[in-house]
Amino acid sequence: MPAATQETVETTIVDAIAKLGPEPEDVTRDATFESLDIDSLDLVEVAQIVEEEFGVVLKGEDMEKLKTVGDAIDLVVARAS
Amino acid sequence: MTRRVVITGVGAITPLGTGADTLHERWKAGECGIESGVGACSEFEPADVLTKKELRRTDRFAQLAIAACEEALATAGWKSGSDDGELPIDPERIGCVIGTGIGGISTIETQHDVLNESGPGRVSPLGIPLMMGNAGAANLALRHGFKGPAFSTVSACAAGADAIGTALRLIRAGDADAVVSGGAEAGITPLAYACFGAMGALSESGISRPFDARRDGFVMGEGAGVLVLEAAEIAEARGATVLAELLGYGASADAYHLTAPEPGGGGAARAIKRALEDAGVSPSDLHYVNAHGTSTPLNDRSETDALKAALGEDVAKSLPVSSTKSAIGHLLGAAGAVEAVATVLALRERVAPPTLGYEVPDEGLDLDYVPDGPRPLTGANGRAIALSNSFGFGGHNAVLCIAA
Repeated sequence: MPAATQETVETTIVDAIAKLGPEPEDVTRDATFESLDIDSLDLVEVAQIVEEEFGVVLKGEDMEKLKTVGDAIDLVVARAS
Repeated sequence: MTRRVVITGVGAITPLGTGADTLHERWKAGECGIESGVGACSEFEPADVLTKKELRRTDRFAQLAIAACEEALATAGWKSGSDDGELPIDPERIGCVIGTGIGGISTIETQHDVLNESGPGRVSPLGIPLMMGNAGAANLALRHGFKGPAFSTVSACAAGADAIGTALRLIRAGDADAVVSGGAEAGITPLAYACFGAMGALSESGISRPFDARRDGFVMGEGAGVLVLEAAEIAEARGATVLAELLGYGASADAYHLTAPEPGGGGAARAIKRALEDAGVSPSDLHYVNAHGTSTPLNDRSETDALKAALGEDVAKSLPVSSTKSAIGHLLGAAGAVEAVATVLALRERVAPPTLGYEVPDEGLDLDYVPDGPRPLTGANGRAIALSNSFGFGGHNAVLCIAA
């Protein structure tokens, strides 16, 4: 299991989101999930990938607070440390 | 006064290719879409029609429904995409009824593998919305903004016809002014194939030859058919091109056996009679029958008996009766819808496409199964009228009466 650094987490999450529909270049730290048309069902899939990759478990209440891609990256890095 | 209901759009994705006209022209020309014993939609490319997000959020059966719906809406002169202009009818007055036999079975199979291999924490959050049998209707409503009644019919191989019949009823009852209806199926999967095989329903020869003495079971197919139904006065007011009129619908249950049709075709005959009564049509007014014609020993015999019982022996023997399944196999919950589309196009061209592969008569199966190529429909001076039969495991019988 790789270390959950800003760089590794960002790569994993951006890749995961880009596979869900948005154009890869639109998936930036500041992009909101709303603008990317990423909904709660999509975020469960992202959470499954994060758990598999870094062993960090994200629950429904964690996800509800996330507004941007950066929020998700920061939460995973914080939880992992 | 009963509201008249017309068909303004048709779309089909079948083993003969993409498009309703493709189905009609290739079947009429005697081409068969069955390869290696299955009727797969090998030309269908979901990514040509669906967005990346829709592709991930739909099972193949719903993808087929979406593609057939695009064609139906285009034929009807409705908008062709979700952001592509206004619908010509108040969206709250547009319903959507899409039948299926088994729904998203490939999703069920893949997610069950994930469950067994990786545990419950790894199954997809999209598993349920992909596998649910109502996903066809739900996705069409979502994509196009249909806000009237939307649901699915589930009556095995009668589901497509029951969906169209239900749509007719919704418009007549005033619950909707238009209903996008049809059926979709994508059941060529290891589990479904094995289960149909286990019950002895599938053809061992891999040949679909309805009504022929050598018939030995049905050939599994996949696909979708979608029709746009509109109240006649609504279609007229917007200057729509009317393809055909849906005159009537009759349904019944055999209440005889879980899978075998009632010997003598009594249940099917009641559905045929009911469809004719509903349409206000006499047997002698008919010009064509699009048969259920599955190529199973039992169905083709009981359907022949049902037609004789419902129409009278003389009329039944005088009509061209052909089976679309000879060209594409059995599309299960999509069959009734695809065959309704085929019937509309056959009536419009005044032609009965042939029952492919029919060569050896069986005792007692003595109707005119149109064995030798396409046949002009005769006697249709004003309008040509046809029945489209669909019967399903469970003893479900659904019959549509269509005029063009």
